[in-house]
Amino acid sequence: MKEAKEVLYGLYDDETVLLDAVRQANADHLDIEEVYSPFPVHGLDPLLGLSESRLHIAGFVYGALGTLTAFLFMTWVFTRDWPIIFGGKPYFSAPAFIPITFELTVLFASIGMVVSFYTVCGLGPGVTNPTLDDRITDDKFCIAFETNGYSNEEISKLQSFFSKTGASEVSSKVI
Amino acid sequence: MSAVVSPIREPLITGSKTYHQITEDIVSPTERVPNASWVAGFILSIATLSFGLFCIGYTIWVGIGTWDLNRTIGWGWDITNFVWWIGIGHAGTLISAILLLFRQKWRTGVNRAAEAMTIFAVMCAGLFPLIHMGRIWLAFFIFPYPNTRGPLWVNFNSPLLWDVFAISTYFTVSLLFWYTGLVPDFATVRDRAKGLRKNIYNFLSFGWTGKAKHWQRWESLSLILAGLATPLVLSVHTIVSFDFATSVIPGWHTTIFPPYFVAGAIFSGFAMVLTLMIITRKILKLEDYITVNHIESMNKVILLTGTIVGTAYLTELFIAWYSGYIYEQFAFYNRALGVYWWSYFGMMACNVLSPQIFWIKKYRRSIFITFFMSIFVNIGMWFERFVIIATTLARDYLPSSWSYYVPTWVEIGIYLGTFGLFMTLYLIFVRVAPVVAIAEVKSILKTSGDQYAQENARSNYDKMLNEKPHHEEHAH
Repeated sequence: MKEAKEVLYGLYDDETVLLDAVRQANADHLDIEEVYSPFPVHGLDPLLGLSESRLHIAGFVYGALGTLTAFLFMTWVFTRDWPIIFGGKPYFSAPAFIPITFELTVLFASIGMVVSFYTVCGLGPGVTNPTLDDRITDDKFCIAFETNGYSNEEISKLQSFFSKTGASEVSSKVI
Repeated sequence: MSAVVSPIREPLITGSKTYHQITEDIVSPTERVPNASWVAGFILSIATLSFGLFCIGYTIWVGIGTWDLNRTIGWGWDITNFVWWIGIGHAGTLISAILLLFRQKWRTGVNRAAEAMTIFAVMCAGLFPLIHMGRIWLAFFIFPYPNTRGPLWVNFNSPLLWDVFAISTYFTVSLLFWYTGLVPDFATVRDRAKGLRKNIYNFLSFGWTGKAKHWQRWESLSLILAGLATPLVLSVHTIVSFDFATSVIPGWHTTIFPPYFVAGAIFSGFAMVLTLMIITRKILKLEDYITVNHIESMNKVILLTGTIVGTAYLTELFIAWYSGYIYEQFAFYNRALGVYWWSYFGMMACNVLSPQIFWIKKYRRSIFITFFMSIFVNIGMWFERFVIIATTLARDYLPSSWSYYVPTWVEIGIYLGTFGLFMTLYLIFVRVAPVVAIAEVKSILKTSGDQYAQENARSNYDKMLNEKPHHEEHAH
């Protein structure tokens, strides 16, 4: 089991206020643990220093795997395992393999990417992650700081950051 | 980053919504006890479904002889219904995938329900080829699994097998796409719920919390799935058309089939989306999210695709005449003026002539006219498949084999049963899931909400004057 984490978090009412607050936190050299929002906030990723997702690279690899699986399998079946003549065409009739090759490319890429997405995010059926506030999936935007081992002085610095940047509520929680 | 929305664009969300109100409006129908109209609809759907299941059971028990198919007309209502349902299943992915790539914001109001509709329509479609096999208990033969007969593989060169791969891939990808979009919205439902309901939605939401990194990956995933689904949706109906186009039957053996089928599929799919959304927005009171503007956009798609389909019909006639090939000429003469002339004229009237009224803006924006048009279009598209399939087969090369075909009560019952299945699933969906994509609608509120329209127009105007981008936009 993971160690209990003390979190001090502030809720904001609007994404533009949130973005300003994150800018302020960067200027104040505060170490933001996590930002939660009810929908994707554009312009947030570079401020948090999040690198671009690499899911599309994984998708390409899965897709290529699907292409090879389908094309090589059909080639093997019709040229090696059980060659049959269909309508006088050659055994290796590549154009006729294209539809299934395409479909399996899409199928492998989609399933692979979706499985990767849930795996790297730590999400899945039956997973329960601690939530800071029920309104984060509704209309609140949240900045959270991990405060394990913080001195009172550091905590009050964070408190003043929240009041300065217009957080509507500030609370702490152990998750 | 300031939003670039033309000031002449109409708002997509009306009623000056706040983020909380959006959640409230969309989630609350799932939290209430169902009203009388829902219960009545559900009972009717279950009853229709039960009759359909009985007819399917009867067909499997007695055999395909319970249908009126014969040696000449081997494909009748079954394949007509299959192609029709698959066509309807094309709008969902078109709306969510192609319109996502084209950055059409009105997509967010209707994509969730349209994707659900896609999945249910593909389920209805898939039933028909399975039953039509006759010995449904051997249906697993269509998959290339290692077997004790050699192994004897399936024919990978056959369009019928391509269909198996295309439709199962389409179903899987649509389901994944739909569910991935639903996960954050299920989390929203979860965080408002209590007790057992909270546990159920916690399971469905996969533990979503809305972290910035997760949203980034989620958007990346949605975009790539959209990029994959776009060629996929085009490929599915292309491959369905190959079932006909690769044969040597006059009237089927044409290269125009793939684009013509795809346009027809989008045409009928949008019509079905309109039929359902006009009812849903009224009953669930979602008029602020699915506005007349959304309906007009969909009517424009109907007008475009209807005209493409009409052009294809006329092209077919012209090419039949121009080819100088008597069998092709006869096939088209027979379609228009043969024994099934009424279905050809039904198709022409519903698909080609009736959508032309949408050139007039007043009709495009009339909910009443749109509702009737959407039903006309689906009748027309059903006739189109019937014309292509039954009419063509009824008059083949040998006049001694010419035949006529009328469906039996069993065939009609199975078709009605798929409506029951479709409506049952749809009614369950509107009870348990948010019908509009909550997170996506929230993300366009600042650019497309009516209370921001003035401000956006002003800031765009200032930008035009100053040629200097506004980096910060002030919130209300």
